[in-house]
Amino acid sequence: MSLGSVPLKYRIQIDRQQCMQCMRCVYNCSYGVFREEDDGNILIDSRKCTACHRCISMCPRDAINLSEHPVDYRSHPLWTPQAREDVINQSRSGRIVLAGMGNAKDYPIIYDRLVLDACQVTNPSIDPLREPMELRTYLGQKPSKLDIRKQENGEIKLNTKLSPNLELQTPIMIGHMSYGAISLNAQLSLAKAAAKTGTYMGTGEGGLHKDIYPYQDNVIVQVASGRFGVDINYLDRGAAIEIKIGQGAKPGIGGHLPGEKVCTDVSCTRMIPAGSDAISPAPHHDIYSIEDLAQLVRGLKEATEWKKPVFVKIAAVHNVAAVAAGIARSSADAVVIDGFRGGTGAAPKVFRDNVGIPIEAAIASVDQKLNDQGIRNKVSVIASGGIRNSADIAKSIALGADAVYIGTAALISMGCRVCGNCYRGLCPWGIATQREDLVSRLDPEVESEHVANLIKSWTLELSELMGAAGINSIESLRGNRSRLRGYMLDEGTLDVLQVKPVGA
Amino acid sequence: MCGIIGVIDRQKQKMNGSGIKEALSLMNERGSGEGAGYAAYGIYPDFEDCYALHIFFDNLVEPKSKVDDIIQKWGRVVHQEEIPTKEQPNLKRSHVPWRYFFKPYTDLMTGSLTPDEDIVKYLVMEINSSTIEGALVFSSGKNMGVFKAAGWPEDVANFYKIDEYEGYIWLAHNRYPTNTPGWWGGAHPFNLLNWSVVHNGEITSYGTNQRYVESNGYQCTMYTDTEVVAYLFDLLGRHHELPSEIIVKAMAPPFWDEIDEMNDKERELNKAIRLTYGPALMNGPFAIVVATHDGIVGFTDRIKLRPLVVGEHGSRLYISSEEAAIRTMDPQVEDIHMPGAGEPVIGRVVT
Repeated sequence: MSLGSVPLKYRIQIDRQQCMQCMRCVYNCSYGVFREEDDGNILIDSRKCTACHRCISMCPRDAINLSEHPVDYRSHPLWTPQAREDVINQSRSGRIVLAGMGNAKDYPIIYDRLVLDACQVTNPSIDPLREPMELRTYLGQKPSKLDIRKQENGEIKLNTKLSPNLELQTPIMIGHMSYGAISLNAQLSLAKAAAKTGTYMGTGEGGLHKDIYPYQDNVIVQVASGRFGVDINYLDRGAAIEIKIGQGAKPGIGGHLPGEKVCTDVSCTRMIPAGSDAISPAPHHDIYSIEDLAQLVRGLKEATEWKKPVFVKIAAVHNVAAVAAGIARSSADAVVIDGFRGGTGAAPKVFRDNVGIPIEAAIASVDQKLNDQGIRNKVSVIASGGIRNSADIAKSIALGADAVYIGTAALISMGCRVCGNCYRGLCPWGIATQREDLVSRLDPEVESEHVANLIKSWTLELSELMGAAGINSIESLRGNRSRLRGYMLDEGTLDVLQVKPVGA
Repeated sequence: MCGIIGVIDRQKQKMNGSGIKEALSLMNERGSGEGAGYAAYGIYPDFEDCYALHIFFDNLVEPKSKVDDIIQKWGRVVHQEEIPTKEQPNLKRSHVPWRYFFKPYTDLMTGSLTPDEDIVKYLVMEINSSTIEGALVFSSGKNMGVFKAAGWPEDVANFYKIDEYEGYIWLAHNRYPTNTPGWWGGAHPFNLLNWSVVHNGEITSYGTNQRYVESNGYQCTMYTDTEVVAYLFDLLGRHHELPSEIIVKAMAPPFWDEIDEMNDKERELNKAIRLTYGPALMNGPFAIVVATHDGIVGFTDRIKLRPLVVGEHGSRLYISSEEAAIRTMDPQVEDIHMPGAGEPVIGRVVT
């Protein structure tokens, strides 16, 4: 007996009266939803649709309509359509279900239950149009105190030497998305945008393509468990080095770039054979404990003559705070925490949707633990995973982060519609693909402008939010939880966040 | 609002409290009659080697016996008495103000370079963080004392007989409370060891500053933002041994645009201060005068959202919210001027 097909996810319809048969939809859809018949008619195969919206955005007549779940199951609160379909698909395939982008489960979003503060009467708000507003951020180790002496002649002498810090003009950075997972044009757009806005972008574990070299001062290079693309040239070019231990979308497991995406260029950049699967192991096989990590941090610093900050990225898991405290005790300069909503090109769905904790709680507990142990100055805290707007950033900083990484949001600013099919390599926006015709759709000049605009507009909004709160320097927002209130958050969560409820 | 005034006689010639009382009362427009206070240095010459612990007791039974217990574990009480007061018709007596003259047993605090001060700090934090109900230490320096209550400046001054104290530094504060009206502990000056603070304004970075001092072993217990200033001064001044102009730079630093324009040496220093002491930066509108046994420093926030005026006359330096207050205290005052935003005004004892 056959399992039969599952109902359509999306239905595409064309308003035939509006349609002028320009065939843009046929050309643009890389998933093969549209087909031109000999008579000029357009045939539709809705089953292939991923809701990437490429056809809709390219249709000059707005003739295309998309509806989600056009066919209902019998409704059931437990056996959702998704639950049923996963069972059906796995019964058929006997495999792990793959998924792209971030956690798609309907967990409450803590950001949306936190509200920010503003000044009224007792202190004036500050107008960023008329007064200086400082968002400049330094990432890296800070001394716990300075040795400053006044000399006999009245001159002030500084006897403390600072370790290298990254200087950011805004606390917003672009997270690590590798060349391979995304196209070179996409990475180039991100790198240009970072350079334009005085911030940094991450290479991910994909090496550094020579086309990115001109922007290397704004690039953080990553060393992950596969060590792809890592050599001294790579380390020397980066402004900072990031060791990736884990990722919010799939804590505890490695990565897998399918061989189909490993073209010649990707193979050269990653230093692996063309067409071979690039598999990053779950753990680093030279890191089986915290002291091994400390060694790797020191090793990388030694290799780069202690001139570059070294970050360590971990997924936000239950004991993230203790892990971060361990990292702070190494020579690392920053700890990156990636929340369970963090995006990915491909992850087993069961991990993406069920493993890890929300970034908001992770920031709060990490900041608190480091503060309690008196070592908060030893590392910067960078938050990532599900940051959607400037308010999320302001809240992250108020909870204790120094800066944030954005990933998905930067992709959306280049056209991504969060369809979640990145792992298929067919991205019609030219982002998550290596197919030349698709990649060429993405113009780095144009898209870098879009990404830079996004960072600029969020930076402006951050200035306004800070000014309204009577704060003219970002360091006064950092960890300033008294400027947050929780709305409809349970007591346990408020306790972890150390935030009072609204009205209190 | 709030009105503040501070004065130092750099030759350590003493002034009684009558002048500053007049000056403070002149600024009643800035207050609401719900809090006023004075700090004076050099007032206990007979006990100058002792820490003068001023404590509000809700009653002299339970809280006092608990305080007696704990401080006698940590040191010797040389003398103790109720702080002399005179009932005022417009001032409701909510607490019994008491003072101990105390010498810590320095060998009890291990691992500290300044054990006597750390014992006193520990006792203040311990008593105030509500381990002992009904007792609040509001002054803990040597040869100095804070006198404060909920009321108008003249009533508070008369209640404590401020006229009868002679000091070479005075600070005073006229309060317009928004947060904890009527609470004696909420009145200024705030004090820890020799540091006293009067503050006009609201610190919008309080949460950040509070976390910073708490991670360094202080506990904020007064429900008001000002106490954090006293702790920051203690941390940066006593523990980190920073000169006072550098402490001010940490709390109200130059803007990055200004730092970028500085010469290499200055830039390196200012950058190091901002990076290291970012959590000590105080944001929001404020004018502050801080005193310790050998000087006072006044400064405002980085964009001067609260007034601060300075006057000089001979060995005396005045810092206040209002020129009129200074002139009330010293009609012959010369050289009145207004310091720039974040610019420290420092008066040091010269002996």
